[in-house]
Amino acid sequence: MPKDHDGIGAGSKRREDVRFLTGAGNYTDDINVRGQAYVHFLRSDVAHGKLSKVDTGAAEGMPGVIRVFTGADFEGVGGLPCGWCVTDRHGQPMQEPAHPVLAQGKVRHVGDPIAAVVAETAEQARDAAEAIEVDIEDLPAVIDMKAAVQDGATKVHDDLSSNLCYDWGFVEENREAVDKAINEAAHVTTLELKNQRLVANPMEPRVAVGDFNRSTGEHTLYTTSQNPHVIRLLMGAFVLGIPEHKLRVVAPDVGGGFGSKIFHYAEEAFCTFAAKAVNRPVKWTSSRSEAFISDAHGRDHVTRIELALDKDNNFTAIRTETYANMGAYLSTFAPSVPTWLHGTLMAGNYKTPLIYVNVKAVFTNTVPVDAYRGAGRPEATYQLERVIDKAARELGLDPIALRRQNFVTEFPYATPVAVEYDTGDYHGTMDVLEKMADLSGFEARRKESEARGKLRGLGLNCYIEACGIAPSQLVGQLGARAGLYESATVRVNATGGIVVMTGSHSHGQGHETTFPQVIADMIGIDADMIEIEHGDTANAPMGMGTYGSRSIAVGGSAMVRAAEKVINKAKKIAAHLMEASEADIELKDGQFSVAGTDKSVAWGDVTLAAYVPHNYPLDEIEPGLEETAFYDPANFTYPAGAYACEVEVDPETGKVTIERFAAADDFGNIINPMIVDGQVHGGIGQGIGQALLEQCVYDENGQLLTGSYMDYAMPRADDVPFYDVDHSCQTPCTHNPLGVKGCGEAGAIGSPPSVVNAVIDALHSGGHKVDHIDMPVSPARVWAAMQG
Amino acid sequence: MYEFEFERPTTLADAIKAMGAEDAQALGGGQTLIPTLKQRLAMPAKLVSLGAIDEIKGVCKADDGALCLGGGTTHAVVTREAAVDYPALAALAGNIGDPAVRNRGTLGGSIANNDPAACYPAAVLGSGATVVTNTREIAADEYFTGMFETALGEGEIITEVRFPVPEKAAYQKFEQPASRFALVGVFVAKYVDGVRVAVTGASEGGVFRWSEAEAALSGDFSAGALDGMAPPAEGMMSDLHGSAAYRAHLVGVMTRRAVVAAG
Ligand SMILES: Cc1cc2nc3c(=O)[nH]c(=O)nc-3n(C[C@H](O)[C@H](O)[C@H](O)COP(=O)(O)OP(=O)(O)OC[C@H]3O[C@@H](n4cnc5c(N)ncnc54)[C@H](O)[C@@H]3O)c2cc1C
Repeated sequence: MPKDHDGIGAGSKRREDVRFLTGAGNYTDDINVRGQAYVHFLRSDVAHGKLSKVDTGAAEGMPGVIRVFTGADFEGVGGLPCGWCVTDRHGQPMQEPAHPVLAQGKVRHVGDPIAAVVAETAEQARDAAEAIEVDIEDLPAVIDMKAAVQDGATKVHDDLSSNLCYDWGFVEENREAVDKAINEAAHVTTLELKNQRLVANPMEPRVAVGDFNRSTGEHTLYTTSQNPHVIRLLMGAFVLGIPEHKLRVVAPDVGGGFGSKIFHYAEEAFCTFAAKAVNRPVKWTSSRSEAFISDAHGRDHVTRIELALDKDNNFTAIRTETYANMGAYLSTFAPSVPTWLHGTLMAGNYKTPLIYVNVKAVFTNTVPVDAYRGAGRPEATYQLERVIDKAARELGLDPIALRRQNFVTEFPYATPVAVEYDTGDYHGTMDVLEKMADLSGFEARRKESEARGKLRGLGLNCYIEACGIAPSQLVGQLGARAGLYESATVRVNATGGIVVMTGSHSHGQGHETTFPQVIADMIGIDADMIEIEHGDTANAPMGMGTYGSRSIAVGGSAMVRAAEKVINKAKKIAAHLMEASEADIELKDGQFSVAGTDKSVAWGDVTLAAYVPHNYPLDEIEPGLEETAFYDPANFTYPAGAYACEVEVDPETGKVTIERFAAADDFGNIINPMIVDGQVHGGIGQGIGQALLEQCVYDENGQLLTGSYMDYAMPRADDVPFYDVDHSCQTPCTHNPLGVKGCGEAGAIGSPPSVVNAVIDALHSGGHKVDHIDMPVSPARVWAAMQG
Repeated sequence: MYEFEFERPTTLADAIKAMGAEDAQALGGGQTLIPTLKQRLAMPAKLVSLGAIDEIKGVCKADDGALCLGGGTTHAVVTREAAVDYPALAALAGNIGDPAVRNRGTLGGSIANNDPAACYPAAVLGSGATVVTNTREIAADEYFTGMFETALGEGEIITEVRFPVPEKAAYQKFEQPASRFALVGVFVAKYVDGVRVAVTGASEGGVFRWSEAEAALSGDFSAGALDGMAPPAEGMMSDLHGSAAYRAHLVGVMTRRAVVAAG
């Protein structure tokens, strides 16, 4: 009998946790290929310089050394490609520098790989790397973005005209109208802020193992990736010239990504290339220190935002100017983050009629910056929700009322920044929040804190995000060099068990639990009968992987489409077995029945018939039961919500503690509420990390000051409160078959502004007229702000 | 890491012998030294582990009432075994790092390293303790000579630290957000003959005694006696986590809190 509690809506425990929690996971570093050698990368310790000498002679003679590679070995090889071309305000393509696998001629950031030693052991490779003689003529480091785009600034890339990657205007046609609206506004609130650079810090550092089979000419790359097919395409087609049928990419268990494992990295290309060159499998395992200087970083925007209001406090226009740090090279999707994933979200939950977003993307001598949980949307939400709070304070308005007054209430809603929200209920999530967060009890709690000598603050914000990335044709027009559909193969075995091969990749999201719940629901069988396979290009059909909260919305939809094909075929078989008309067949609880009769056959009888086709309509359909579908979404999905945070500030030390945190989200339909809670919890934890603790800082010479956990502050369990989360306000997505919107990034997008708003509120309650403190709102910064 | 020889003697005498080798270095709990080796920032020819020498481990009471902690005693053991006799010291040890660090890291290792943000130096200086080595006894006031610098000679092994037990004491640590070492830590101890105040985390010179506060508190052991007081910002460390002015301010705050906590 099917259990009706493990389908859609069940809070099933994550089946993958058994192996993760008992040390039985199979991570890339657990993979050891017979005969493997080890690589150590010699990385630049200066931010910017001319490579005048790289002498590998001594290193080559060191014990265990198999071969030493330098940039010269990669001269005939393509550079790392960029997957998105942004067109600037003047219709010109962005400036796109070469990104060599190993540095050629110049080093451009601390951590830029100069040479690589392949040796019998990792320690021998490292010993030999130290024996490589490198002379670097130091060049001035380009660190500050605004200085970088001044005339006469040192150039990161000599062959580009400047350090400006692009100057993007969106929507350029609105520019004058926005200027006019701001000039004519009854009130304009202006805020300058930074969305600081972050390091993703997944628990598992990156690893790559390259293997080459001389007898078949096949390459295999095992790698810590969120999207193995994308790596296969980018590395195969653009870097190494290996066709897909000779290249297999495997991303097994992956210990977190948060975006940083989307991108194609030099180390992956190196290990694949070197395995063939030395005819040995080649393995690289990043150390944590190396991760700080080689994983793509996130955020790093400097923004000025202006919000115009009319005399009735309606928002009339928004104008922003953002400097977005690209780092030294363009990482795979870097150009899209401050533009299409940021500018298109500037309307937020509000019906502001006129918006103009200007983004200047800048090259600097720092690690490349790319998507990090939320990617562009946290930056948009943060500035918008901070400026609204500031406006409310300036005008003496209730920040909730001001937001409610300006909410979008009718759907579909076409924003002035190109996207169309299909559904939403912003008053609905705010209603839930007000109750859950017990806002009416706040003043009493504030008094209680004051009695203990603490300042208490309440901060709120709304957010909206565009998830379920993305309609391929739309993103193609916007400069994407890839499609963003997803795929699934549903393979039914003879005895009725099912394997789903999906292009989505699970690295913490729990697909192995949630995806079966959907199929279980569709067929009416136990979720235990369904297994999910992902992460191996040899099995799954071409898929685009996991990021942008797209797995259930796009990958899940592909799976539903494939399952529908399977069910349609199974109904034909059932009709044959019961000598009935296909139109009369119904599937419920794992039984096919003929409508209006008591005839039925079980799911397993039908699947068996498909593979043992003795009594089978062979003249009409093929044997077997396996279908593939590709799903290309018609629109983004638009999860939205309202968050509230209460903090206490210790006025003597400036230390902020989070006392309460409530999140009301609308994710549309929910497959597994427990996993959704977990995703929101994790996201808020990351958002609190950004708001209070984390920052990646370079000094003026381009040295990383936060290169380890001694200085880079990660949030820990006692930095975060118990969260109240609620996702009962549900407006299902109108254009995908599950009505789902995605929940992976919401917490990280929605939490930083409410934390900072709460701190500012607390300071005002203590008589400190502080307008803004940049994140992280560290004790030292709060204290300094209180000193005036 | 680079290659090194490894010895694990079971007596102090054997350890002293082993330390006679060229470029030999003592290994306590390895909580500082092992990460340093992994980063290839140190290159000892030989590591002499002190982990198996029972005679330099443990907590006991001397005839004069001083609490004697073996140089090889882990923070976890101090947390448990000093709790009754010297609760402020036990509490300090119990808030160093995490359980893994506390179960390996040792008192000797901590004060031999003398990290300017470490906790133990504040307790040792604040208690006017005596550092006992295989060759001599060093008063706390002579022992700490600067950031990462001590009076220890080459190959000298800390075998014991003797803490006179105060009437009242408390340690207050304001954590650096990333490392959770002390951004500012203050150890206040009230003895019959006066009050000692030792400050860690703050100064460019490493742990130091705040004599103005000691004077004020010796007359009147109350937070009020320190009203508005803070040491000068000059000479304080300044970094990502706090300016010199902020650290100086925190010294005042943490000292007052330590006095209150001492009761
Ligand atoms: C994650 C983490 C968090 C931490 N947090 C804190 C904190 O909050 N506060 C704090 O104070 N500390 C903290 N520490 C440091 C910790 O207390 C270490 O225990 C201490 O710094 C070194 O002690 P050890 O026994 O591990 O020494 P080791 O690392 O083994 O050695 C350190 C140095 O001391 C020498 N040495 C060791 N033992 C002796 C001896 N008996 N005689 C002479 N020389 C010796 C060694 O040769 C070496 O030079 C932290 C460490 C880590 C890893």
